[in-house]
Amino acid sequence: MSKLSENRVNPAFYALMAALVVMSIGPIILMLTTSLKLNVDVMSDTASLFFSPTLKNYETVLCDVLWYTPEHVDYCNPTFSRALFNSLFIALVSTAITLILGCMAAYALVRFRFMGRGAISLTTLMMRMVPPAVLLVPVFGIWTFTYGLDGTYSGIILVYVAMNLPFVIWILQSFIVQVPIQLEEAAKMDGANPLQIFFLVVLPLIKPGLAAAAIFTFRIAWNEFLLANALLNRDTRTVPVTIVNSLTEYDIDWGVIMATGMLLAVPPIIFTFVASKQIITGMTAGAVKG
Amino acid sequence: MKSSGLNRLTPYLFMAPAGIVLAIGLLFPIAYMMYASFLDWNPSQLIGEADWVGFKNYANLIQDDAFKESLWVTLKFAFIVVTIEMFIGVGLALLLDRNIKGISFLRTIFILPMMIAPIVVGLMWRYMYHPTVGIFNKTLNDLGLDSIPWLSDSTWSLVSIVIADVWQWTPFIFILSLAALQSLPRSTLEAARIDGASAWQQVIYIKIPLMMPVLIVTLLLRLIDAFKVLEVILVMTNGGPGLSTEIMALRISRTASEFRELGEAAAMSNYLLLLLLFLTVAMFVYNKIVDNRREKLIAIAEES
Repeated sequence: MSKLSENRVNPAFYALMAALVVMSIGPIILMLTTSLKLNVDVMSDTASLFFSPTLKNYETVLCDVLWYTPEHVDYCNPTFSRALFNSLFIALVSTAITLILGCMAAYALVRFRFMGRGAISLTTLMMRMVPPAVLLVPVFGIWTFTYGLDGTYSGIILVYVAMNLPFVIWILQSFIVQVPIQLEEAAKMDGANPLQIFFLVVLPLIKPGLAAAAIFTFRIAWNEFLLANALLNRDTRTVPVTIVNSLTEYDIDWGVIMATGMLLAVPPIIFTFVASKQIITGMTAGAVKG
Repeated sequence: MKSSGLNRLTPYLFMAPAGIVLAIGLLFPIAYMMYASFLDWNPSQLIGEADWVGFKNYANLIQDDAFKESLWVTLKFAFIVVTIEMFIGVGLALLLDRNIKGISFLRTIFILPMMIAPIVVGLMWRYMYHPTVGIFNKTLNDLGLDSIPWLSDSTWSLVSIVIADVWQWTPFIFILSLAALQSLPRSTLEAARIDGASAWQQVIYIKIPLMMPVLIVTLLLRLIDAFKVLEVILVMTNGGPGLSTEIMALRISRTASEFRELGEAAAMSNYLLLLLLFLTVAMFVYNKIVDNRREKLIAIAEES
């Protein structure tokens, strides 16, 4: 009896939850529907629920990479498809490099007692504190004058790797700590050298940590605007930069710009649904000690 | 012998790549910024050609009304959003901390606003706030009410960016406080219930005090992040109208790229860093105090 009454929940809670879900995805749905509308429909006063969805905006954005030429596009602007390629390339490469370097450093920190864990969490916290806006001036100055890396992929990748490393090292070491040392000792008995132990024994065991770290790094590199805007040139620009550049005061083609925004939002949305658990682990790791 | 030498070198080999990247990609730039803040430097000069001006940039900033205005806007924005988000986030967590099916789905949905690019978030809200095609004004007009100048009036624009930020970041506080609530010791709550504490009494005297350490860390993390918001506001208002939404991060980027005063932008960055450093140190000290108290309690419990 008592169990039954405990499990029964007031329907008002479901109503509240439904309202919360609508509130948090409402703007995203609105962006999706706008991206499926022509500008004529966006501007019209009639009810916004009834319109004939069209993929024309996406065709306009992606005209350069489509295998056919959409007939409604008079002039194919290659900016967006190029930016999409740039974003993808920069985000993937910086994620890969960050993970490799981060894994190695985290492993050394845990297994060889290189530095105290306190020092690492302090650095991570400090890095979390530094706003990208603060890095703007020095990165622009050094990358242009000292390193000569302005406008190159390697320049921006270097910034993203450096920005993400403290967090990645920190989250990975919390996973590596849980790998039983006996496993590694057994591998050592069998004659494995440190590199083999690391790649063949430790790495497969910390896959969830790697997933969380990869998602966070990819997301930052994929979404970042300020430093990309300062460092990259016409040919290497990423999607966030092109979106801001195409926002003018008047006469915005909302359909096309929302289609671009949607394309930029798709990878993070996929990650959210595939790996929400890992994301929450990464997010709460800063505040809730576990 | 050879293998023991290799073993001794291994940690250094593993650390070296990350250490080098951090040094050239992060530490050097920050040190460089400290140095640049004492220079009169514009982007077309090499740094060696810039004149040393001592503390002039800092002194100029303190007297600059636009800077003071932007500092005030930043503080106002940060404290308003964090207060609203804490109340809504913790409130929702307390309400929804029960066995409801679908709570994990809600959590997944709630991460979305934080995962999507800030640029895109700004874009969505700018569209919704649009004076003619935006959904808010359309709805108001359909109800027979007047349009609201969401982004073109200096009071409303601050309200608008606050609403957008609350939408984006309340879930963060909700998720953290729900995690804290669910890890509370069940026995304490059970004892309170047996003693006849009402739901309100349980919240005020037991749940909130027990959650306090997590809540304070959450608050400080969120406060630090609120000082870093830039892209959403850049897309929605670009600091306008006037200076009404020009937060510090935005002003730094405009000083560097539009006014071409790199030295002053660096000095401004240092002010912002000092502010954030203060908050971070506060958080660290608080964590230490809580840890010490817990250790003491454990020691006392073990002795008795």
